Amino acid sequence: MQTIFQQIINGLSLGSIYALLALGYTMVYGIIKLINFAHGDIYMLGAFWGYYVINVWHFNFISALLSAMVVGAVSGVIIEYFAYRPLRHSPRIAALITAIGVSFLLENGMSYLFSSNTRDFPQIIKQVNYNIGGVLISNIQVLILVTACILMILLQVIIKKTKMGRAMRAVSVDPDAAELVGININWTISFTFALGSALAGAAGVLIGLYYNSIDPLMGMTPGIKAFVAAVLGGIGSVPGASVGGFLIGILETFFQSIGLSAYKDAVVYFVLIVILLIMPAGIFGKNAKEKV
Amino acid sequence: MTSLLQVDNLVKNFGGLTAVSDVSLHLNNNELVALIGPNGAGKTTLFNLLTGVIPATSGSIVLKGTNGTFALNDKKAYQIAKLGLSRTFQNIRLFKNLSVIDNVLIAMTSRYKEGFLSSIFRLPNYYKTEQRVTEDAKKLLALFELEDQTDVLAKNLPYGTQRRLEIVRALATKPQILFLDEPAAGMNPEETANLTQLILKVQHRFHITILLIEHDMSLVMNLAERIYVLDHGSLLAEGNPDEIKSNPKVIKAYLGEGE
Amino acid sequence: MKANFKYNIIWLIIMISGFYLMNTLILIGVINAFIENMLVTIGINIILATGLNLIIGFAGQFSLGHAGFMAIGAYATAIITQTATTPAGFYLSIVIGIVVSILVALIVGIPTLRLRGDYLAIATMGAAEIIRIIINNMKITGGAAGIFNIPQLASWPTVYTMVCVTTIIIVNFIHSRGGRAVTSVREDEIAAEAMGINVFKWKLAAFTLGAATAAVAGSLHASFLQTISPNDFGIMESISILIIVVLGGVGSITGTFVAAAVLGVLDTVLQDFGALRMVIYAAALILIMIFKPSGLLGTWELSIKRCFKRFGRKERVKQ
Repeated sequence: MQTIFQQIINGLSLGSIYALLALGYTMVYGIIKLINFAHGDIYMLGAFWGYYVINVWHFNFISALLSAMVVGAVSGVIIEYFAYRPLRHSPRIAALITAIGVSFLLENGMSYLFSSNTRDFPQIIKQVNYNIGGVLISNIQVLILVTACILMILLQVIIKKTKMGRAMRAVSVDPDAAELVGININWTISFTFALGSALAGAAGVLIGLYYNSIDPLMGMTPGIKAFVAAVLGGIGSVPGASVGGFLIGILETFFQSIGLSAYKDAVVYFVLIVILLIMPAGIFGKNAKEKV
Repeated sequence: MTSLLQVDNLVKNFGGLTAVSDVSLHLNNNELVALIGPNGAGKTTLFNLLTGVIPATSGSIVLKGTNGTFALNDKKAYQIAKLGLSRTFQNIRLFKNLSVIDNVLIAMTSRYKEGFLSSIFRLPNYYKTEQRVTEDAKKLLALFELEDQTDVLAKNLPYGTQRRLEIVRALATKPQILFLDEPAAGMNPEETANLTQLILKVQHRFHITILLIEHDMSLVMNLAERIYVLDHGSLLAEGNPDEIKSNPKVIKAYLGEGE
Repeated sequence: MKANFKYNIIWLIIMISGFYLMNTLILIGVINAFIENMLVTIGINIILATGLNLIIGFAGQFSLGHAGFMAIGAYATAIITQTATTPAGFYLSIVIGIVVSILVALIVGIPTLRLRGDYLAIATMGAAEIIRIIINNMKITGGAAGIFNIPQLASWPTVYTMVCVTTIIIVNFIHSRGGRAVTSVREDEIAAEAMGINVFKWKLAAFTLGAATAAVAGSLHASFLQTISPNDFGIMESISILIIVVLGGVGSITGTFVAAAVLGVLDTVLQDFGALRMVIYAAALILIMIFKPSGLLGTWELSIKRCFKRFGRKERVKQ
């Protein structure tokens, strides 16, 4: 029983990071139907930014987190403007390849400029473990979970309650109609990228704290996992991305704990395929049938 | 007389909405029947049920064709097509990026065999089959004055020609029954007149049964031997054009809907 | 009939002269071992990308799991030729790789090909990852370390022949009854069904044919490079095959040849740039996509028949 709770706690904190990343994928996909492969690398940028400002400018956790979000947002908007906007009316597969290109560029550009070494993330917050009824919880896990939840709620409020959020929903349903009623499509898409990338930047700092090591290729695997989480939850659905992220985090830690860590990714993909077969548009996705 | 297609008590529910309720109809051999009704009456849904694009909630569809009797309810769209029910679509669905002749050849797929090995290794059999089916396709296209456009991509054809090609493509499956979904939509009077001739030609030359959905009343009244009127998912009336024209229920349905 | 025979003979002549050209260039030392390596890699990539182009460009099914099928072929060859170190053993291993790969393609394809677009891409990617992870944890495959000292039974003529054979098979398939049916699925599934095309069957046919050729490429890869490990067949490998397809033009086999060659040469040239290599590669990729979103050749296809027709017309005009 204790181990189950322990694994759930571990799974939730890992899952919350996947969820933060998955939100970015799902928002971008929802609005321009693009699998933004470079999203995982924005998270890497966030982690590197956190590393530098904490080491060099001695930022504390909050300011490192917030500034990483700004850096994430800015890089997301720049990438959209230069790489994806020219391809908005091109075949979707071309935009996908461009996204892969951007991802390669960020990974290798960072490796080239700052070397591909793995480095230790500065531990600005001393790790303290609490023992609650035999279940170990570290303050970092709590911090990650709380920060992630606050950001997700904030995102939900922005999407549901603000004018910009309404514009985002409108563009994702029908860009042409949205433009007709006076919504600035370019602005809305930029805003979406900013929002999603800010979350990725935050996730970067959080993972730095959690795993204590960062490198230029760190975005690749979590990026793909987070995308799988977004698909699992129903791509385009914000609550779906959160649920998918937590689900994958818990699955992974669970299979790791029962000694099948070699197969943990296989299990994640297997669950993904099974869920898609039962619900072809993911857990929260709407299955749009083509009209004849 | 046994009818070619017998439809009994056909129902289709979408969630709580009944799109087609308890429709029974029949089509006789070599008959030209029209299906009319106000917008949203469920005409296209009925077509989709008959051609297997969507499954019916209940009811039966039975084909008594030249090859025997088949219940079509549980069959998939491609199986129904192979049994001899072909169709066109309200919003043209040609294979846009393929040539005119490829559109026709694809519709002929289930009519001929061409072994995998003989096509991959280009055995003499492959060339023989290809030549035969290409000639068949060209003959069919020539009947509809499309022989000069065999290599044109479907998307580059003028609108009216695209509609014509869609009919040719449907005929290439060698159907016993042809369903035409608003063939005259978007056509000017002259094009509509040509289309009327074309539909008659199809009916007589290919000896097939035609069921067409149409809003153009002059075309319907000129062509149809029998008319079914659908309103709010159920059959309102059936009869020959004169009967339908003077049917008070039909007049009310149309005027009431403001058409 | 006679005309067709003529075109086939011309293609045969082109293939044979290509072979002798390469042979001569190697003999007189223009092509050294380094370039030969590059050409073989290009050849293997052509086989992979042609198969994937059949699935994506012609059947319209977005598969991201091509490397999984390549892995099956590679491991079949690596395992079998270790005990049967003869050309016969090598060809047997290719056949076994193809058979296993077709079986796996059916197991993966029957459930997943019901999915659409990006959902299919992610599901196939997941399936390929599952294949890789299984290989990674098996004893017979050497686990994560992989297998080395695989006997080199494939030399450049083998690869060259296989490129020709697989391309002939795929191109001939595309221009047959089956190929047309497959293309109609890409164009409009609903219309295809209404014309009597069993959409699911043809999707599966294209998928398995693509998987079978990927297995051949995997066999050649294992035998030529003599070392394989599960990490050679990850998501990145699937993506790099996809890049060749899209760069050349989705739906153009000629484009696939051109893109595989361009990327192969680019890769070799960039070796000198060291760490900057991948940066330039990535930038080139982005720029090509922005300025040529439909790929280098779009859907254009080299056709001897068309060349002749055009040439013939010019001749007539002159007279």
